[in-house]
Amino acid sequence: MKLKTRLYGKTYEFHSIKEVLAKANEERTGDKLAGIAAESAEERIAAKVVLSEATVADLRNNPVVDYDQDEVTRIIQDQVNEKIYGEFKNMTIAQLREYILDENTTAAHIHRLSRGLTSEVIAGVAKLMSNLDLIYGASKIVVTATCNTTIGVPGTFSTRLQPNHPTDHPDGVIASTMEGLSYGVGDAVIGLNPVDDSIASVSRILHLFADFRKKWEIPTQTCVLAHVTTQMEAIQKGAPADMIFQSIAGSQKGNEAFGISGTLLQEARDLMLTQGTAVGPNVMYFETGQGSELSSDAHHGADQVTLEARCYGFAKKYQPFLVNTVVGFIGPEYLYDSKQVIRAGLEDHFMGKLTGISMGCDACYTNHMKADQNDIENLAVLLVAAGCNYVMGVPHGDDVMLNYQCTGYHEAMSLRELWGLKPIPEFAQWMERIGITQNGKITKRFGDASIFLK
Amino acid sequence: MLQENDVRQMVEKVLAEMLHSQSASQAAPSAGCDGASDCATTFEDGYIDDITAQDLKELFYVPNPVDRDGYMQMKQFTPARLGVWRAGPRYNTITSLRFRADHATAQDSVFSDVSEEFIKANQFVEGVTSCADKDEYITRPDFGRTLSAETAEHFKKVLKIGAKVQIMVGDGLSSAAIEANIPDVIPAIMQGLHQHGIETGPIAFVKYCRVGAMDQVGELTGADVVCCLIGERPGLVTAESMSAYIAYKPTVNMPEARRTVVSNIHKGGTPPAEAGAHIADLLKTILDKKVSGIDLKL
Repeated sequence: MKLKTRLYGKTYEFHSIKEVLAKANEERTGDKLAGIAAESAEERIAAKVVLSEATVADLRNNPVVDYDQDEVTRIIQDQVNEKIYGEFKNMTIAQLREYILDENTTAAHIHRLSRGLTSEVIAGVAKLMSNLDLIYGASKIVVTATCNTTIGVPGTFSTRLQPNHPTDHPDGVIASTMEGLSYGVGDAVIGLNPVDDSIASVSRILHLFADFRKKWEIPTQTCVLAHVTTQMEAIQKGAPADMIFQSIAGSQKGNEAFGISGTLLQEARDLMLTQGTAVGPNVMYFETGQGSELSSDAHHGADQVTLEARCYGFAKKYQPFLVNTVVGFIGPEYLYDSKQVIRAGLEDHFMGKLTGISMGCDACYTNHMKADQNDIENLAVLLVAAGCNYVMGVPHGDDVMLNYQCTGYHEAMSLRELWGLKPIPEFAQWMERIGITQNGKITKRFGDASIFLK
Repeated sequence: MLQENDVRQMVEKVLAEMLHSQSASQAAPSAGCDGASDCATTFEDGYIDDITAQDLKELFYVPNPVDRDGYMQMKQFTPARLGVWRAGPRYNTITSLRFRADHATAQDSVFSDVSEEFIKANQFVEGVTSCADKDEYITRPDFGRTLSAETAEHFKKVLKIGAKVQIMVGDGLSSAAIEANIPDVIPAIMQGLHQHGIETGPIAFVKYCRVGAMDQVGELTGADVVCCLIGERPGLVTAESMSAYIAYKPTVNMPEARRTVVSNIHKGGTPPAEAGAHIADLLKTILDKKVSGIDLKL
């Protein structure tokens, strides 16, 4: 492959595929912080030109972290279907982009293609796509997964109910849960980010959720997003969990910073399949986010988009029910403003779906970023257009534990109405039963959490 | 308590009805007014109520809840914005304005500076990190951990060398937190240190400061303990939260685990005067035990 090109007669020369991948990224502060970003707008386009001419094989054969050095690379490479890869390996990344967008390429075609691609290839395609390309491409891809219910079926759009509380106070957690349910939120999962990562506290909340779900016969799944080892111990001691959660990274070193490995996640999944309360087979929940590898000095000089794609390749092995990027949480040193966050959200979602995982997005921002609620509402609309499986729901968009803002309870029904989408069918029927909707339309009880006070 | 709520709800209901009928009349076609006097807007004196003055736990907008008392009780268990109701599937105007106001104050506290007057009034020795401006500060944490060359020189000349305790103040991610808490926290620390017989030199102020800048201050001054008071990243609940990071003989690139932290210092968390007394005692303990962070067993 060629690593040199000219733009307007000016020569641009790159030294490695890793450098080309980094410089082909749309602008973001994290790549600048890492010292690997394109130095000018023109150099960025030159890198995209070089990338467009690289083949699937070039990118597969040059992972951004060496196979021998990194478990994530090994997992991604080893799960490639060699027959399918063989069909596509001589395609350039430009051709691959156009194949995905082609009117004769169906969801089934892309699903098959996806088994032959490594994460570097998937990231490469995303870098050649405009925002609308990312939306259009992703919208063609269908990924369903089943825990207790099935997410991702065309015509549905789901939400995670996130009832976080600054001290995990059970009454406070349940109060926010009731409020969210009254807005039709929670068909993806009712999932708490705990403050207290102890086994006792995590078990307490898992029981709280299971009891509440049983009492109201809610067809969904519940999860407490503690460290995987804490959840495993709680489950071994008899706590009821439908899913097991973990934050993951796109390099082995990044995963070590999270205190995990592939072996540990496999053990967690095996435990869930034998001791979990869900139907399955999809019993894992992962969260990711561009920049996390750099923040733990585990990026190996690679860019944050490629590393994010590698999170999805790694996640795929454990057949997750949910994976979401927490796209604006990390801060402005990685994603500076609303423009960068919106772009990253669309990239992550597209890359996740092309990897073949059930993809959602926590469209969010912190208070030291140049973004506000309008921006995050924009991103939510774009994600639904892209066929995103789920977004978050917190009370009025304000997470009182994590101290950031994301999509609120009110967004769920607004987005569903706009796009003519429904919750997961069993959950939609449950909403009818408790009377917050009637024939799919919201009633006077919708938004009244006190319907659960009896 | 319940009676108060009932009164509040009645008032809210009446107000809501008034607002509703007002907007209905405003929506009526204005044709035919022709500048007649009864059509002219009269501007009255007086203020619209401060929407941020009300306790979120008391605000309740669900018009006909199944269980009003139960709902109000539920709200007492969490600072989350519950019982906010809706306009169709969207937010009500008042709750979205309150949300935006809370976000606005959080953003302003990040993107504003501690005032010169404040720094002078407190007689701080002023310095800055390697960041050129606020924008560089939020995007380059590495620059925020390094003092500018001039500041390093200046600090070496003006700060006390080899002090038992060096106190420094950094703007961090909330200038509002510094201006809100420092006036109470510093006198409380000083009083406590005085009682323990611990002497300190002048207090340093570092603009565009990350926590790690304290390590360089420690190396420059040779102080036994450095205490860095710094503004925390604001949330919507408060933009005035400050933390104290304390380290025994800090060095550049030392593990984060060597810092002892007192967080959540603000009037709704640990009040600054109380925090100051606690920090003074901690400084004494750290000096006695000659360790900080996870090595410090309290």
